[in-house]
Amino acid sequence: MPTFVYMTRCDGCGHCVDICPSDIMHIDPTYRRAYNIEPNMCWECYSCVKACPHHAIDVRGYADFAPLGHSVRVIRDEEKGVIAWRIKSRNGETDLNLLAPITTKPWREHIPQLADAPAPTQEQRDSQYLFNEPKYIRLDDGEIHTLESNGLEMKEGVYY
Amino acid sequence: MTNPFSELFPEGIMQGYVILMILLVVAGTVIDMIHKKSAKYFFENSKKQEKAAKRTVSGGEKASAAVAVLVNEVLTSAEFANPQRRLSHLFTMYGFIIFVVSTAVLIFAYPTTADAGIWGTLWHLGAASLALGGYWFWFFIRVDVSSEGHQWYQLAKADLFIVSALMMVTWGLIWSLAGGGYAGVNMLFLALFIISATSLFSTVLWSKFAHMFFKPAAAFQKRMTKLDGSQENLPDVGEMNDPAIQAKFPDIPEYMGTNPPNMGLGIKSEPPRHY
Repeated sequence: MPTFVYMTRCDGCGHCVDICPSDIMHIDPTYRRAYNIEPNMCWECYSCVKACPHHAIDVRGYADFAPLGHSVRVIRDEEKGVIAWRIKSRNGETDLNLLAPITTKPWREHIPQLADAPAPTQEQRDSQYLFNEPKYIRLDDGEIHTLESNGLEMKEGVYY
Repeated sequence: MTNPFSELFPEGIMQGYVILMILLVVAGTVIDMIHKKSAKYFFENSKKQEKAAKRTVSGGEKASAAVAVLVNEVLTSAEFANPQRRLSHLFTMYGFIIFVVSTAVLIFAYPTTADAGIWGTLWHLGAASLALGGYWFWFFIRVDVSSEGHQWYQLAKADLFIVSALMMVTWGLIWSLAGGGYAGVNMLFLALFIISATSLFSTVLWSKFAHMFFKPAAAFQKRMTKLDGSQENLPDVGEMNDPAIQAKFPDIPEYMGTNPPNMGLGIKSEPPRHY
């Protein structure tokens, strides 16, 4: 379900306009606050929700896990390196606080300099890989990384 | 600097105009509140918040929250995440307050005296401060320009407030620095000054003038949600070195160590200028 903005919380900073991959978060020409101009086109990627410095953007969660009147809210805390979720049911009986590590790299510190990468050899051109691909799937470090190669093991069930 | 309103018009007319503008602001704010149902929204929201509260907030805590709102959100515009916007807002806000108060003092206390002590200087300084903060905002910081990629001259309804305020102080300053009165071209400057001021104070219903009343209320409510534990349904992040958190979420110490690394500034690492 698409994003919506709490107008009293928004300060019109423009970060959601900047980050939205669908370019549908814009500034309202009457109130100069952010709003979703085309809810049908929202992917519910939560980028704007996590980016908003004032937690002014919310998303209505899917009905299968959060029925009408529910709340699903998130905080991305870079300093602590985690993303925290809270799922609350309409009657308040279910109130889940969930925590997960941020698994992406720090923003803007690992931007690939593709212009500096050497041009592909003929062999690479004829292969099935895309340009520079082996590096990013880490074949260049040896084998593909697996749970075993990292000393981890698969566990049964939902694991938090 | 001298009092530009000294013997400009009969004092009854000037004072009547100021009173009319105050009445227009009061009426505009009340109609705005009824039209947007903002008061209803605040009460409904505070009821929801009370229902979700985890603890009762004492009177002392409420008072300290009110003081914190006054010191942070009202007096120092701490709500703005962008420091440039905060600074520009401070120039604009204090300029506006000084300008409005000194106008009222000049018109009511010194309607026929050219030398009004410090008030004449304050009137000019207030106007200049509002112009500085306002034009900075208008040309560079305004989100339509900085994030949406619009040109500075593309106007929308949201600009009614800032354009009226800027035009008021700009024409007011030009009129005063050109010698005041209404002889020759100064008649034009004075007319533009009065038209802009009337537009600013009479369009509260359509402009964002009323934000100076409801923003502190929203800031107070936000602080209350943190105090009573309802947190607007936002999650508890907790401390990563807390053993209880580590026991509840064992995958975090397992994959990220006991202290997950700082993941940088995130969205704050660059201003939103990627239109």
